[in-house]
Amino acid sequence: MLHLRVAEPMRECEYSQISTRSSTPMETPYKKRIPKRRKWQAFPGRNKFYCNGRIMMARQTGVFYLTLVLILVTSGLFFAFDCPFLSMQITPAIPVIGGVLFVFVLGTLFRTSFSDPGVLPRATPDEAADLERQIDVANGSSSGYRPPPRTREVVINGQTVKLKYCFTCKIFRPPRASHCSLCDNCVERFDHHCPWVGNCVGKRNYRFFYMFILSLSFLTIFIFAFVITHVILRSHRYGFLNTLKDSPASVLEVVVCFFSVWSIVGLSGFHTYLISSNQTTNEDIKGSWSSKRGKGNYNPYSYGNIFTNCCAALCGPLPPSLIDRRGFVQLDTPQPITPTNGITMYGSTQSQSHMAAATPLLQSEPVILTDEAFLPGRTSLGGPCSGALPLGGHPTPPTSTPNLSCDNDMLPLRNEQSDGLRHHHTDGGHHHFLTPEEAPSPPGMLPCGSPLGHSHTIQGFYNPASQDSLHEDSVRGLVKLSSV
Amino acid sequence: MHSTAQTHSLQDMRQQAAIAAKVFIQRDYTNGTVCQFQTKFPSELETRIDKQQFEETVRTLNNLYAEAEKLGGSSYLEGCLACLTAYTIFLCMETHYEKVLKKIAKFIQEQNDKIYAPRGLLLTDPIERGLRVVEVTIFEDRSLGR
Repeated sequence: MLHLRVAEPMRECEYSQISTRSSTPMETPYKKRIPKRRKWQAFPGRNKFYCNGRIMMARQTGVFYLTLVLILVTSGLFFAFDCPFLSMQITPAIPVIGGVLFVFVLGTLFRTSFSDPGVLPRATPDEAADLERQIDVANGSSSGYRPPPRTREVVINGQTVKLKYCFTCKIFRPPRASHCSLCDNCVERFDHHCPWVGNCVGKRNYRFFYMFILSLSFLTIFIFAFVITHVILRSHRYGFLNTLKDSPASVLEVVVCFFSVWSIVGLSGFHTYLISSNQTTNEDIKGSWSSKRGKGNYNPYSYGNIFTNCCAALCGPLPPSLIDRRGFVQLDTPQPITPTNGITMYGSTQSQSHMAAATPLLQSEPVILTDEAFLPGRTSLGGPCSGALPLGGHPTPPTSTPNLSCDNDMLPLRNEQSDGLRHHHTDGGHHHFLTPEEAPSPPGMLPCGSPLGHSHTIQGFYNPASQDSLHEDSVRGLVKLSSV
Repeated sequence: MHSTAQTHSLQDMRQQAAIAAKVFIQRDYTNGTVCQFQTKFPSELETRIDKQQFEETVRTLNNLYAEAEKLGGSSYLEGCLACLTAYTIFLCMETHYEKVLKKIAKFIQEQNDKIYAPRGLLLTDPIERGLRVVEVTIFEDRSLGR
């Protein structure tokens, strides 16, 4: 007879995670049957992981490599061609300072690109069900085709802030969090998605990002100034044309630095302003706390003075990663559920404000979820891919699940378009305006006729309900068409 | 069934005792983005635990999280030192936040052992739920049905 005496056994017990129920203690059935997977392998967002989960980046990393190449090549040319002359003529401190700056730039770049920006893990099925129940109670029974937007209001330091429900992650987003459509994650204190660093910039890596652009500004100005000095000094001695012959790289460096200086220094200035007023790029663009919105509108998160705001942003405590990428998947722990089909995309309409400064043509990364990761029994499919992942590998398996239709011929078209559109708008200093709410542009989505698109590179099903980060007017009509 | 003398695990507990319900204590954002949980006593726990006791637990948790995120001399020092060493210092040292998280884990374990488990409840460390909720699992109370 099953009889659980709650009082005594529980007091003696240790909350160990490993089951000790097997009759032969030496043999643990779990380990034999199913290989232990790490959580990053089952991660639902669209991120890439390297070094067994230690490194985390966005899916599109092409521009990051461009950034790296630009920095390495320009600095390399500087050290190779200009520094010998400068160190002899002026002082050897020049290459030393340059070297320190260079190392600092690379360090902060890697730190920004490889760390978790502050991704919020998705809700477990129980949590999501509980929230749904609460929402239904609050709204009454669902009112037909379009349920009302799910929002909660909270008063923070005297300002009313609306918390929006994220259909993808099944949570009410904390204040200042936002859902990045490129990475398909909710990120805390979301600033923007930066293609140049190949990652989102959020709570956990904002300070590294700021240090990166600041040190890069100094490095760019430094190289620019000293290359010009080099050319001038050399020209005095050997003539201008000879100088160009002896040191052709200097021209390239000057050109790269000249164009970079404007954008990088401008960006640093902008972010310095944001830090001192404790705002995110997202909030600034939307004008959430600007006095133009209303008389009593102020930023409830600001500490009041610039110094405290700066210290808090740059030297405050570094919160830990909430997603625990290198932990092992516990087979009994609840996995985040797949977003349900059939809910019309209505979601957070307010988040799609029309940002005048943002590039009008939106990047068309399709909002497709890696839902396959969460089908029950999915862990057994991890076999072929759970081995070492090559650079650029994606953790979910390439095989399609039987209940998805394959639209392989359509998807490459969409990919090309999306890549083209994205790179189109990442030149100059405007990249930081690629905020999460920018939706896939309609042309990019048209080829995806069937809602259940599947490809070898993009997994999951096209879920109308999940696209709460898309522009309402441009996409909703399309969604209705395709979600039928 | 196996004897009760064996070490029970969380899995065992879940499999032996039927889960009657789960209550989720949501975050309280009235003070901004700092990690705080609502101290409102959920109605489902009324029959199981004393209101004061529960609120005390949540309040202590809130204080611990506030301590983790506190801006002050020591956190600034840590931040500056980390910046100067290009953040390599965290390869050998734990951040202040992580130290407090360990304290919190111990606190929750302690609370579970002393207060909640005897009442057929189980608190889950919020960090395992991404600091979104405090999950309270309510087990079917068979001890009273003897």
